[in-house]
Amino acid sequence: MAARRVPLVLLACGSFNPITNQHMRLFELARDHMHSTGQYQVVGGIVSPVSDSYGKQGLVLAKHRVAMAELALQSSNWVTVDEWESQQPDWMETVVTMRYHYGRILKEYERSVGMHNNSNLSPQLKLLCGADFLDTFKIPGLWRDDHVEELVGHFGLVCVSRGELQPERAVHESDLLSHRRHNIFHVREWVKNETSATEVRRALRRGLSVKYLLPDSVIEYIHRHNLYTEDSEMRNKSAVLRPLVKQAQEPVKSLDD
Amino acid sequence: MRSTEISVRKYQFCSKIIFLLTLVSMEGHSITKVVLLACGSFNPITNMHMRMFELARDHLEDTAEQNIDDVDTIKYAKKRRIEENHHDLQLMLLCGADVLESFGIPNMWKQEDIAEIVGRHGLVCISRSNSDPHKFIHQSDLLWKYRKNIHIVREWVTNDISATHVRRSLRRGQSVRYLLPDSVIHYIKEHGLYSSESEQKNADVVLAPLQRYTGASSS
Repeated sequence: MAARRVPLVLLACGSFNPITNQHMRLFELARDHMHSTGQYQVVGGIVSPVSDSYGKQGLVLAKHRVAMAELALQSSNWVTVDEWESQQPDWMETVVTMRYHYGRILKEYERSVGMHNNSNLSPQLKLLCGADFLDTFKIPGLWRDDHVEELVGHFGLVCVSRGELQPERAVHESDLLSHRRHNIFHVREWVKNETSATEVRRALRRGLSVKYLLPDSVIEYIHRHNLYTEDSEMRNKSAVLRPLVKQAQEPVKSLDD
Repeated sequence: MRSTEISVRKYQFCSKIIFLLTLVSMEGHSITKVVLLACGSFNPITNMHMRMFELARDHLEDTAEQNIDDVDTIKYAKKRRIEENHHDLQLMLLCGADVLESFGIPNMWKQEDIAEIVGRHGLVCISRSNSDPHKFIHQSDLLWKYRKNIHIVREWVTNDISATHVRRSLRRGQSVRYLLPDSVIHYIKEHGLYSSESEQKNADVVLAPLQRYTGASSS
């Protein structure tokens, strides 16, 4: 008797500045892992590049980042790019993006499944991230506590560890995360791969090759539009990350209160 | 992962693919051509193998501070024959630090072969953060003698896609997408390569070089 599996969609938020093979590996590793739990059937993956108003240093225009992601994912039959987040007028909290996508997924699912079989398990949406993402919860003012709770408690995380980082430790050191550890899935990336978008941009600035770190079509796009120069890396250099500004303005539950 | 066993298994001569990368550079009025040769099992080839060529080329270009007029792709180089009347043609062995360190495994290499490779030709060695090729060269009189012909390229960003790991993932039905080209993955699936059975091949066979050189002096 086959156990019924929860249909699962994985959402990856981030700069994707630019998208690399490593980003796409995250999806592959996460899918394999969630399948192997026996409880989930991964039915889709979404790449959601952050909007320009995020204000991160070196961020090139969203239209380019979306275009590159589309090129990279052309050959994928289950992961797609979504530009909703990147098109919002202001930076969107991750949780808001998740709520939007979950609403869409649920509607789509109800439409296709219909009302005749109400014993089917409802689909879930989980945030796919790297281990360094867990550490960002510690940065003061970057996350609202109630958002972290909703993200981890209600939705859930699939966290792929890379290099030397220890995500389990990050969970252990946070009461909030620890309380929800059953909803944080740890995936081990045994292949030590430190390829990062930062390194790719560095190589491009220096005229070095990035072949085999990202798809050829993306490299071609980058050269055609001359993205990633010394100038592009200086963009937003003195700006404050949008989340820090936005959340400072709102009444936030803080440990200092 | 850094055991001798891993290095030794790499030298199974089950298949040897020669990759030629031609670098044309101008130095005054003479043309120096460098061709990089990578030997190995390529069982299977991965993005990491191909990265090695890119890193080596960037390094040599950078070191020599030469302009590249014309760079052949692998596709063209395979079809080309290297003409005899090209003086200043240099062939260099491209490898990882594990190959360099395999020079120290008794009976794996003939000393005169090592001397010819590094003395007459040259070596481009891609090193990772967990190996220290400079120290290894320092500890070998033979390598030290030809240290000028050994180019160490630091791989600052570790990209450790080993063929062993790829075969393991394939055996377990796990995805290897984005570790090697899609076309290679397709080929592997089409021909049903890399199963538990295939991994057992040669399990009790002694590597050819070890068979050949056992009994010869290793100093």
